[in-house]
Amino acid sequence: MTTAPDTPPRARRGPIAPWFTTTVGTLTSIAVTMLGLLFVTFFIGRVMPIDPVLAIVGERASQSTYDQVYRQLGLDQPLIVQFAYYIWDVVRGDFGVSTLNARPVLEDIARVFPATLELATLGVIVGVVFGIPLGVASAVKQGTWIDHLARVVGLVGYSMPIFWLGMMGLLVFYGILGWVGGPGRLGIFYQGIVPDRTGMILVDSALAGEWEILGNAFSHIVLPASLLGYFSMAYISRMTRSFMLEQLSAEYVTTARVKGLSEWAVVWGHAFRNIRVQLITVIALSYANLLEGSVLTEIIFAWPGIGSYITTALLAADMNAVLGGTVVIGLVFICLNIFSDLLYRVFDPRAK
Amino acid sequence: MTSIKTMLTGAGLAAALLAGTALPALAETPDDMLVIANRIDDVTSLDPAENFEFAGVDAGRNIYQKLVNFDPADLDAGYIPEVAESWEVSEDGTTITFTIRDGLTFHSGNPVRAEDVVFSLRRVVQLNLTPSFILTQFGFTPENVEETITSDGNTVTIVTDAPYATSFVLNCLASTVGGIVDMETVMANAQGDDLGNNWLKTNSAGSGAYSLVSWTPNESLILQANPDYYLGAPAMDRVIVRHVAESASQRLLLERGDIDIARNLNPEDVAGIRDVDGIEIHDELRGRLMYFALNQQHPELSKPEVRQALKYLVDYEGMQDSFLSGQYVIHQNFLPQTFLGAVDENPFTLDVARAQELLAEAGVEDLEIEVGVREAQERIEIAQTLQNTFAQAGITLNITVATAAQTLGRYRARELDMYLGEWGPDYPDPQTNAGTFAYNPDNSDEAQATGLLAWRNSWDTGGLTEKVDAAVIENDTDARAEMYREIQAEFRETSPFAIMFQQIEQNAIRDNVENLSLGGATTAISYWVIEK
Amino acid sequence: MTALPEHGRGRGGWRDWLLSDAPASRGQARAAAAWQGWLNFRSNTLAMIGLGILLGLLAVAALAPWLAPYDPFVQDLGNRLQPPGTPGHPLGTDSLGRDILSRLIHGSRITLYIVALVALIAPLAGLLVGTVAGYAGGWVDTILMRITDIFLAFPRLVLALAFVAALGAGIENAVIAISLTAWPPYARIARAETLTIRSSDYISAVRLQGAGPIRIITKHIWPLCISSLIVRVTLDMAGIILAAAGLGFLGLGAQPPSPEWGAMIAEGRRFILDHWYVATVPGLAIFTVSLAFNLLGDGLRDVLDPKSGEGG
Repeated sequence: MTTAPDTPPRARRGPIAPWFTTTVGTLTSIAVTMLGLLFVTFFIGRVMPIDPVLAIVGERASQSTYDQVYRQLGLDQPLIVQFAYYIWDVVRGDFGVSTLNARPVLEDIARVFPATLELATLGVIVGVVFGIPLGVASAVKQGTWIDHLARVVGLVGYSMPIFWLGMMGLLVFYGILGWVGGPGRLGIFYQGIVPDRTGMILVDSALAGEWEILGNAFSHIVLPASLLGYFSMAYISRMTRSFMLEQLSAEYVTTARVKGLSEWAVVWGHAFRNIRVQLITVIALSYANLLEGSVLTEIIFAWPGIGSYITTALLAADMNAVLGGTVVIGLVFICLNIFSDLLYRVFDPRAK
Repeated sequence: MTSIKTMLTGAGLAAALLAGTALPALAETPDDMLVIANRIDDVTSLDPAENFEFAGVDAGRNIYQKLVNFDPADLDAGYIPEVAESWEVSEDGTTITFTIRDGLTFHSGNPVRAEDVVFSLRRVVQLNLTPSFILTQFGFTPENVEETITSDGNTVTIVTDAPYATSFVLNCLASTVGGIVDMETVMANAQGDDLGNNWLKTNSAGSGAYSLVSWTPNESLILQANPDYYLGAPAMDRVIVRHVAESASQRLLLERGDIDIARNLNPEDVAGIRDVDGIEIHDELRGRLMYFALNQQHPELSKPEVRQALKYLVDYEGMQDSFLSGQYVIHQNFLPQTFLGAVDENPFTLDVARAQELLAEAGVEDLEIEVGVREAQERIEIAQTLQNTFAQAGITLNITVATAAQTLGRYRARELDMYLGEWGPDYPDPQTNAGTFAYNPDNSDEAQATGLLAWRNSWDTGGLTEKVDAAVIENDTDARAEMYREIQAEFRETSPFAIMFQQIEQNAIRDNVENLSLGGATTAISYWVIEK
Repeated sequence: MTALPEHGRGRGGWRDWLLSDAPASRGQARAAAAWQGWLNFRSNTLAMIGLGILLGLLAVAALAPWLAPYDPFVQDLGNRLQPPGTPGHPLGTDSLGRDILSRLIHGSRITLYIVALVALIAPLAGLLVGTVAGYAGGWVDTILMRITDIFLAFPRLVLALAFVAALGAGIENAVIAISLTAWPPYARIARAETLTIRSSDYISAVRLQGAGPIRIITKHIWPLCISSLIVRVTLDMAGIILAAAGLGFLGLGAQPPSPEWGAMIAEGRRFILDHWYVATVPGLAIFTVSLAFNLLGDGLRDVLDPKSGEGG
């Protein structure tokens, strides 16, 4: 889904305790959150009126085939036993086999996650590159047309149904103008040429020195990444503006100005330096939201990412795949949180 | 990050990149490569013992040979010899002995032997996966296959539990489930007692015109030509089927020359692309039927007049000529056109007055029913059209759209008042549809005959079950066809099924593609005859 | 929130009474503050535009049966996919020959219905969880906040999808599903507010007077949390509309033939190349309404919650 406006930064840890307590505390809270996440997902999967057996055997299967698959999936066991088995497997690194396509879930995730990672990374880069200057500019020029323009651009971003904008973008830029590549990650002729190293086509083709493929991949990713980038830009510029306004009205800024520092030095040398920490949290949050998989964008652009993977699996009650995907997203989320905590400590003088 | 200059340069660069990537105007696929856009998200397994959905069956037809098969150049001829060079039927009609053709080889280089045939057929029965019923209906069980499916030298003998019509048995063996797998390769990859099922889901071990290169779920399915194919190496060296879900995307890809065949265009896109230079539309009548069914446990829907009335409340022509235009044709009988015994009598039309009379006779007022539909746009539109016409006779139709598994689950559990959906023949014999629409030997809840459409709708068939049983063992083809015509005439009037349309598949193709055969109503696409 | 006081008064007296420097009663003081807020709000042009659009939407929804030129469900298969500007169908017709304008007008009711329900359920649930956690502290706090974290760590649309899939498609279930994904942030806000209020002298005084925890939470803490929640809700409404449209687009929201805007886009998506307006019109409608909510929310925040001052 699109970045929610003003979602407060999640899971801020308390005051810095000795590293030992912090580490143990962090690990415990990660474990508890993950376990809870799995349990909720597992529970949802079992109460859903979608029959996983039917999703596998289809309309025609005889009752004996049905019963056979039902037992194979372990559905005749009590719920809690099924859950325990699942956790035990996960702890050993086995996420099971997708019931829909007969492949190990980990293999599937290794295929779909890089696709999302590529898209989200490019998206957040677009968001940062455009969002921060826009936010800073509108704070510095508060009340002028720049400010109003920035605000309207941001609000339009918040208000646009992304799937609709994606459709229109495809229609105009691919269908009519032919400027960008169509749905999917790569043109048909370029598929399967570059060796799969990271799963991110942009990186793989650059590593292999296949510039034509890189160009083709870029022409495919440009539209969805710009779209996602627009939404994250809306969020980042809005937050940047508000952080900057707070700093610019602070006393030290007035003092600096009185001392005759150039406006440039005041804005970038002082005010911006002080909001870096908050910005990192905002960017991390924005990135996390994109990494959760923008289901609708992925569907519109036929992007085989983790969002559409989980959705498809969910609607077919392929619970191993859903659980696997949820674990990955949960982990990503937690990792980004920890990462932004770390950066926080590096950049924030008070935290030292 | 601390200088606005670097930031602006970065922004400018990104903007330049955004604007500066244009595509070449028109590409063209290589001469020996066939690129197809299709929906392949239904593929769950490519093992012939399990493969049962459309896109998978397309691949299966080109990878595996069968004892008997269909010639894409002459589908009307019916089954012809393939792995079996010839066959003989015993006097009592229960034993068929096949002589295996010499000189066939699997992709692995192993010869195709009688043992492989026996292994393949037994394997289907033993694994007991979805399509296994096509073989087990002849009385094969995991316990008796050692005796009923046997080989001796270069012959294979099968013994059925009744003297079924030979055409029925052979038609079943010609379906995907009859695909012959390479025993040695498969068993070398077996895990536990899975008879190689896990491996075969994503790999191939056949002797057909193509072998599987890769199947990436929801992305692509790639086939490589078999140079040693017994009819000669196929012209298309590589076949790439790419998953493209959207009709509009398929159309754009075709217009740009990125693909040769677009298989899922909706009527609007077909109309839009028809006049484009270099593109042709290929129409082929397929076996799929669109129907709705009424649950006979419902007190009102079980009244014969109500069943009849609802068949008069369908705007057959309106739908055929508007949103289904070109892709469905009115057909009100359970055997698709081109099947043995098919009839083309379509007596029902939209007739609200007649329906109201019938409803009044039955004493039905203010009827409110729920229809289950799976989330496919054309079905949802049909449902809404039915809602509209039913309302004209005072019947309220509530539409519940859900995923396929959800809707099917309720249908199989006899929970829906009404179901709207498609039915495609499982194998190219009239029994495939007669045996499910008009056959229900035990209508009790305990019978759990969830595979039978008649059972799902709690319909006892009013005596048609026995007629279907009789038709299936009639060995005189003309007499058999006549029996099916009679069954359908009665079915049309009395059954709780309203068959509405038969599907026409419209493919848009580049005009250099020749000899395309999608398989008609009986089988699937044949890549090996295609040239360009 | 900016409602005028109910006291009847002469027209001239009104302003003076409201703008008085020395309010005579608590009611007058509140009314005066509200009036002042309204004056601030009114000077914000963009917010007034947002308010105007929403009032228009309310009017359209209320008068739908009279405004719509056709029954939104009546089909005319012979007259399908007519372009905008066709006589009698200013916005054209859809795949089943239904008038798009009429469907759009009736669809506004569904949109408002969804937004209103979610905007009631999610903040209330969040308020309950947040204040209880914040006030009780200890293990109750830990457990409740852990649950909140779990829901936060979930991919939001996937969670909504899962619940709709579990409960069955339909508007009510879509509302529940969206609420389920929307409550955690409210819980966090409410908890944070509660933590600051809890230790205040004012609450201690109330406690000393013998008030029980339930009474303290409902009578003293809740009212103080409301204003920050209201701001948040208004800002969230656009998100709610988009989420509902997304579910409708995926076929999990309102069921056919309901003219829900997201579902209309999904229907029109098939004809995007030749009949672009079928999907474009409802998309523009969604955009306009959610933009209006955003404009209004921004303006309201400036008035009600000036210290957060980031909208301006």
